[in-house]
Amino acid sequence: MNTNLKDLEKIINSGLTTSIKKSEIKFNQLFIDIDFQDIISTILFLKTNEKTKFKQLIDITTVDYPQEDKRFKIVYLFLSHENNFRIVVNTFINENESVPSITKIFPSANWMERENFDMYGIIFKEHPDLRRILTDYGFKGHPLRKDFPLTGHTQVRYSEEKKKVVNEPVKLDQEYRDFDFESPWEGTKYINPNNNGKEKIKDK
Amino acid sequence: MVKKTKTMNLNFGPQHPAAHGVLRLILELDGEVVEKIDPHIGLLHRGTEKLIENKTYTQAIPYFDRLDYVAPMNQEHAFALAIEKILNIEVPARGQHIRVLFCEIGRILSHLLNITTQALDVGALTPSLWGFEEREILMSFYERASGSRLHANYFRPGGVHKDLPKNLIDDIILFSENFPKVLDNLETLLTDNRIFKQRNVNIGVVTKQEALDHSFSGVMMRGSGIPWDLRKSQPYECYNDFNFKIPIGKNGDCYDRYLCRMEEMRESNKIIKECIKKMPNGPVKSIDGKITPPKKDDLKNSMESLIHHFKLFSEGFRVPKAEIYTAVEAPKGEFGVYLIADGSNKPYKCKIRAPGFSHLQAMDYLLKGHMLADVPAVLGSLDIVFGEVDR
Repeated sequence: MNTNLKDLEKIINSGLTTSIKKSEIKFNQLFIDIDFQDIISTILFLKTNEKTKFKQLIDITTVDYPQEDKRFKIVYLFLSHENNFRIVVNTFINENESVPSITKIFPSANWMERENFDMYGIIFKEHPDLRRILTDYGFKGHPLRKDFPLTGHTQVRYSEEKKKVVNEPVKLDQEYRDFDFESPWEGTKYINPNNNGKEKIKDK
Repeated sequence: MVKKTKTMNLNFGPQHPAAHGVLRLILELDGEVVEKIDPHIGLLHRGTEKLIENKTYTQAIPYFDRLDYVAPMNQEHAFALAIEKILNIEVPARGQHIRVLFCEIGRILSHLLNITTQALDVGALTPSLWGFEEREILMSFYERASGSRLHANYFRPGGVHKDLPKNLIDDIILFSENFPKVLDNLETLLTDNRIFKQRNVNIGVVTKQEALDHSFSGVMMRGSGIPWDLRKSQPYECYNDFNFKIPIGKNGDCYDRYLCRMEEMRESNKIIKECIKKMPNGPVKSIDGKITPPKKDDLKNSMESLIHHFKLFSEGFRVPKAEIYTAVEAPKGEFGVYLIADGSNKPYKCKIRAPGFSHLQAMDYLLKGHMLADVPAVLGSLDIVFGEVDR
């Protein structure tokens, strides 16, 4: 399977010469980096090309790197049943940029993009129905961003006076305790007995 | 002159016995015919992914039990495999066999619940009573192995938590001997049942192309005739060593999906039998002390074990920088974990790919033009559990 994956990498690299910025094979999967302007053309190529045939979208997700210039990494996962390959397509955007929606190519992208909008505030251009999906009606903020606190900003309770459910700022009886267990000790290098000493595990 | 009719909006759920949890559907009806469905999900959203980012790898495993809570160990499996691949550790043979054994028990647990509640949704009460009896037995196996009926926390990176207790294997053999008969009995209630067929045949038909376009997986895809099962096509653990078949459907309707699940349970039962026959002796988890905790006895005698134990349960182990997607064939379809490790003891990002999410999304197109009464039938055959859809 690994050799075929290398062929696939070549096919994709030659088919999409200019748009591929980086490609590598890790854990038997192909990872490619592209510009967000090229999303539609790349994904169309991957779906329709005779040799790639990535006909199923598995998932779309985002990773937040607040300290980076291009803050969000948007990740598209595809599966090709015929060739039995997986590919991971990465693209980077900053906070003010928006990406084109791929709902026209894969209808199932609809909810996945809505989820990314909800959790990270990514705007998908030309999405038919970009609403929040998992959070509560009237929720504010994007919970999976790294700068969103684990406890959230508001808590809900039923108010006996107002006879309805009310939102209030979070009040914790005990401060949230975030223990830093990580030892600064670099440690020695240990040999993994399972791999007969071939592979070394670093302590850090 | 054509008379223009007004459509009616109907609110289904969030508390409705046929919604299989907390699902709210906004239905647009023209008389009794469904025009449009807008599912509102997220009523069971607990922020699992956010919580996992703030916990060590070991502490994150219990969250996976709470996703698809009818087959908890299959979920843990995906997460454990992701970590093992990054750390490049191998699970000993006995550990692998125990994992396969409990994954298949989970598959039967999930399919039993689904088939019987699907029957309940279309008006048959008895199957659920019969099915739940078997589920109770299977959950007692869970309890004897892990200490808990539902939230097992049994699969750990590097193997499983503990070896199986005495006699458990014998009881599982006894169960697997009797189980085909139970399935036969269940089939007499449903397979040729006129009402059950009238409610399910040709309802919610999915073509091959639609199954691909809508990111279907598992039975939803096999019911439409696509022979795809990750246990066969991208084998993980020791599934390669087992002899089993992948049942596929023909018409892609609710009835075919029911038949697929029924047949899959028989195959799972075969795997369980074969697995027990092949079960080797030896350790159940990796002996790498940096990843898996030491034996309780060693704590009393070995200083190194004591240190390992302390470090693993306070700091946890560290996972080197990596980005990986691993998927397993969970009972409901492809359950995947997209994990980004940054070299610390906590995952930087852990995206959970739940099969039910894509399946539920297709409600609108599946039910357009169907009758209102078909809504619960299709919903039942989608095999939705809100723990995993809402995360």
